[in-house]
Amino acid sequence: MALSGGADRGSHSMDKSITLPPDEIFRNLENAKRFAIDIGGSLTKLAYYSTVQHKVAKVRSFDHSAKETDGDPLYEISVQEEITARLHFIKFENAYIETCLDFIKDHLVNTETKVIKATGGGAYKFKDLIEKKLKLKVDKEDEMTCLIKGCNFVLKNIPHEAFVYAKHADSEFRFQNTHPDIFPYLLINIGSGVSIVKVEAEDKFERIGGSSIGGGTFWGLGALLTKTKRFDELLQLASKGQHTNVDMLVKDIYGGAYGSLGLTGDLIASSFGKSATTDKEFSKEDMAKSLLHMISNDIGQLACLYAKLHNLTRVYFGGFFIRGHPVTMHTITYSINFFTKGEVQALFLRHEGYLGAIGAFLKGAEEDNPNQYSWGENYAGSSGLMSVSPDLNPVQRARSGTFDMLEMDRLERQLVNLPLLQDPTSYIPDTVDLTEDALAREYWLYCFEEALDGVVKRAIASQKDQPEAAERAEKFRQKYCHKLQTLRHQPFAYGSLTVRSLLDTREHCLNEFNFPDPYSKIKQKENDMALKYYLKVVKSFEELSWEQRQFTLVKGLLAGNVFDWGAKAVSDVLESDPEFGFEQAKQQLQERPWLVDAYNQWIERLKGPPHKCALFFVDNSGIDIILGVFPFIRELLIRGTEVVLASNSGPALNDVTNSELQILTERIAAMDPVIHTALKEDRLALVQNGSSSPCLDLSRLDKVLATVVRERGTDLVIIEGMGRAIHTNYYAMLSCESLKLAVIKNSWLAERLGGKIFSVVFKYEVPSKAQGQH
Amino acid sequence: MSKITLPAYANVYISEGKKPFPWFGMDIGGTLVKLVYFEPKDITAEEEQEEVENLKSIRRYLTSNTAYGKTGVRDVHLELRNLTICGRTGNLHFIRFPTVAMHRFIQMGRDKHFSSLHTTLCATGGGAYKFENDFRTMADLELLKLDELDCLIQGLLYIDSVGFNGHPECYYFENPSDTQNCIKRPCCLDNLFPMLLVNIGSGVSILAVNEKDSYKRVTGTSLGGGTFLGLCCLLTGCETFEEALEMASKGDSTNVDKLVKDIYGGDYQRFGLQGSAVASSFGHMMSKEKRDSISKEDLARATLVTITNNIGSIARMCAVNEPGDQAALYRAFRVYRIPSEQKLPTISREYMKIERVVFVGNFLRINTVSTKLLAYAMDFWSKGQLKALFLEHEGYFGAVGAFLELLKSAKVRRGGVKPDSLSMQAFLLCQAMYHVTSPKSCLAFEYF
Repeated sequence: MALSGGADRGSHSMDKSITLPPDEIFRNLENAKRFAIDIGGSLTKLAYYSTVQHKVAKVRSFDHSAKETDGDPLYEISVQEEITARLHFIKFENAYIETCLDFIKDHLVNTETKVIKATGGGAYKFKDLIEKKLKLKVDKEDEMTCLIKGCNFVLKNIPHEAFVYAKHADSEFRFQNTHPDIFPYLLINIGSGVSIVKVEAEDKFERIGGSSIGGGTFWGLGALLTKTKRFDELLQLASKGQHTNVDMLVKDIYGGAYGSLGLTGDLIASSFGKSATTDKEFSKEDMAKSLLHMISNDIGQLACLYAKLHNLTRVYFGGFFIRGHPVTMHTITYSINFFTKGEVQALFLRHEGYLGAIGAFLKGAEEDNPNQYSWGENYAGSSGLMSVSPDLNPVQRARSGTFDMLEMDRLERQLVNLPLLQDPTSYIPDTVDLTEDALAREYWLYCFEEALDGVVKRAIASQKDQPEAAERAEKFRQKYCHKLQTLRHQPFAYGSLTVRSLLDTREHCLNEFNFPDPYSKIKQKENDMALKYYLKVVKSFEELSWEQRQFTLVKGLLAGNVFDWGAKAVSDVLESDPEFGFEQAKQQLQERPWLVDAYNQWIERLKGPPHKCALFFVDNSGIDIILGVFPFIRELLIRGTEVVLASNSGPALNDVTNSELQILTERIAAMDPVIHTALKEDRLALVQNGSSSPCLDLSRLDKVLATVVRERGTDLVIIEGMGRAIHTNYYAMLSCESLKLAVIKNSWLAERLGGKIFSVVFKYEVPSKAQGQH
Repeated sequence: MSKITLPAYANVYISEGKKPFPWFGMDIGGTLVKLVYFEPKDITAEEEQEEVENLKSIRRYLTSNTAYGKTGVRDVHLELRNLTICGRTGNLHFIRFPTVAMHRFIQMGRDKHFSSLHTTLCATGGGAYKFENDFRTMADLELLKLDELDCLIQGLLYIDSVGFNGHPECYYFENPSDTQNCIKRPCCLDNLFPMLLVNIGSGVSILAVNEKDSYKRVTGTSLGGGTFLGLCCLLTGCETFEEALEMASKGDSTNVDKLVKDIYGGDYQRFGLQGSAVASSFGHMMSKEKRDSISKEDLARATLVTITNNIGSIARMCAVNEPGDQAALYRAFRVYRIPSEQKLPTISREYMKIERVVFVGNFLRINTVSTKLLAYAMDFWSKGQLKALFLEHEGYFGAVGAFLELLKSAKVRRGGVKPDSLSMQAFLLCQAMYHVTSPKSCLAFEYF
């Protein structure tokens, strides 16, 4: 039933036989507004803005002043509806355009929208169809402007957007860090021709050059030479061919290398040179390969000449010639490497195909000022980067009826770098890149699959009052299971695969099925219980000597961190033994010397002058925050150090959220004059970190937090827990003192680090003088 | 610009002396073998008598024919007459044949007992390496292998200095941007350096030449004459360069290429692209309908235009990217005894820029479509800053360079180039620059 896609279809005969599953594609159409469409030679990309209504868990403090009974919980949890903004991008073959337009017309309720922004070569061709079907006026936007706008947007908002392609490496895709400043860069767009654009700022770009030898040349000339019609088929032919049969190499002329010029014998001296001097027949594959090399090398050479002239090192490649095709990414990479002697790397983009649509959409949404917000890729709703290698899946590729999707959530907070990062450009949050580490990848994928049953159970339990919860939870299971399957085959689908991305994907999927906070009740119960012990714990410190006290505080912090529903080893214990307590946890801890043990240095430091301000990234609810963190920061406050507690903006596992922490702190302040005074004098501040992840990306933190950190002259950063201090930030270099502590609650990971389960990491780092001055 | 005449290499360069005939120079390329042969016209009766039969037969064979075998050709129109070299006067002949016929050529050398003539066979080009062993084993001949780029430049400078039978070797196109009034004009290569030398053979080499002996290969591309012919053969079934060019001359590339106006309806104003500019070479051929109705002539023309424009584009980028060789200019200063500690100001990039792009190579033979297109492309894209220059003996300079080496190899060079002329040129160039760049730098000239 699927038609062959290709620009050369004379009449656009439409395939109407497909039915679109409304749950999957064109989601949230009811509230959609601001449409944009980018119609290319074979693919259509549709963009719209919509609002998503989903449930969020809110906590609200009871009024405790009236009466206080022991049995009452500390705060109440309510589930509320919240509306958030989301950008939807859908990519499909032009063959489906009519079906899709019909579908949109049928489902679009909103009538405010009057225009649809359009770009791409096909926008003109389909103008009448769109206007007739959707009753929207087609407003054409300049293609290049849209492309650049889209490119700026993804580079700014999507971590791991750009990657280097390495065909023979363990991981073909090497994702790049998000650079704090994305400008200036060069964009080489290889469509039917080539445009070379220098981008210096959001709205400042210039087409500095181009070439007529591009994707159209490969396609057109390739079709003439091989009688093969489709672009994809040509690439497939090329991937099987031997260009040395058609090209005249240096060794064909010299008999070997041309030593004095450093030209190796295998270098192509004359593309298609052999077909001029021999009468033999050439295979289609060989000619296609020769053509591919010729065009890729030529583009690479020009790109390098322009990069050199304008002194630019960041060079991104896009356009339908590239679009995820391993074959062309490889030849372009090779060419750039050859012509710049490795000084410039060819960079590619995960969402390259969407740039035009994103840009056209942004053009239309300028009054909403979308660039003032931070956006995040929604892993639940995005299909991710598919491997389109013709070798891997030729059939599917050739007759693709798949709809590729990208969804971006508008984040409530604007995200920026932690000002205390030593070098923001080289900061990588994640400790292990599972894309490159196959063993670790296997283990963690298995782990997350194993844990899925438990998560589903927990999700259902959190919504006992709702009968359809089980059904939703099942849908969640399928979705996440499918994601894990995808990641097993294409670890690079969403950028570098990491424990963080696996956890975040799970949170996104849970949210998608309205399980905003499966741990809310557990957190509530544990917070209640821990609060009861707070004074007792604080009192117990009074009898201790200074040295003893410091050690007990650290031990308490570590023991508190054992209470972690995110770790399977612990959640098993907690499920089976609800009485498992703080003291037992302390006994579980490894004896000193710990796996990583900088305790002595830390104590020596404490004997010196107090820190000015400590920034503490907290982890779990309950015992961890109340009996571990609070006594510890209480001591810091007494020493004269200001404290900023940074907690999650949204829920993730049993991590304490900012709104929960507000209530807990009030309650503790009511019991403890030290905390009370500190709050009153603003020496203790609670700030949200802008994230809803069990891990921590110090390059995407709430802007307010960054301001507070700067204003208070923060000179100590404490990061607690496996997610934040081990899976991420273990190697993060800060420009001030830092303390990273965690209990390894996973025997596999502990073994990898050379220890056993419940091993302790206590990492205290002081930047060297020179670095500290930054 | 001040005019400075280059030294006449023929007189300065080679001393008197006797070098046994025959005098050959050979350049064995990927597609073509280029051969230059000096036919002495001042043979005395005594010499005539001494001349061995072999030698005589070679001379007669080469000079009395214009075609050799099926594929060898003597370019009679290029012959340089009454040339005096090494004290001998004669004509320089230019002969070419396809590299695939190389083995037949070697056999001929064997059959004619070339080895008995005790001459050195000076050869350059890749084939000098590739066929060295064949020469040795099949014909008992030793090759003197020479670097092709050295030969190219020396040959070019020599031919330019002796001129083309009283006319200049070099030419350019007046009004390159106006196809109706574009006229070929001879010119003298007065201010030669720095220049970009683009040699279009099977592939393309691009050299930045700062002085006679100072050059570097900037880059190259595999999209050259071999690509044009190779693609034409595959697309049209033609067999020779002449056939391909003949077809191209009758074709219309706009039926094959997608132009800016085909996409945007007119100019792409946002980026100042003219509607008539090619947006995608062979872009129309993505459509099956158009593929089915296209003529061979159109395809040949499009291939020619694509390859030519691409070479022009790369050459232009190299010209603007190449900062020029400051060291070469400084060396010139030293001749005039500027103390070495005198710190010279950095010469501004503006003045180091290459303004002349010289195109050579056999791709340009009988190929006015390409020469005019290159002239147009250089002028248009550089907004008149770059000038395309061409030479009448397009593809033979390597062979001439090898030929010169033969004469040089036995004799002592008499001093080579006089420093004066080149240095003076550099000096004047600098003077022009310093007046603009920095008033302080005038100090440097108090020494003069």
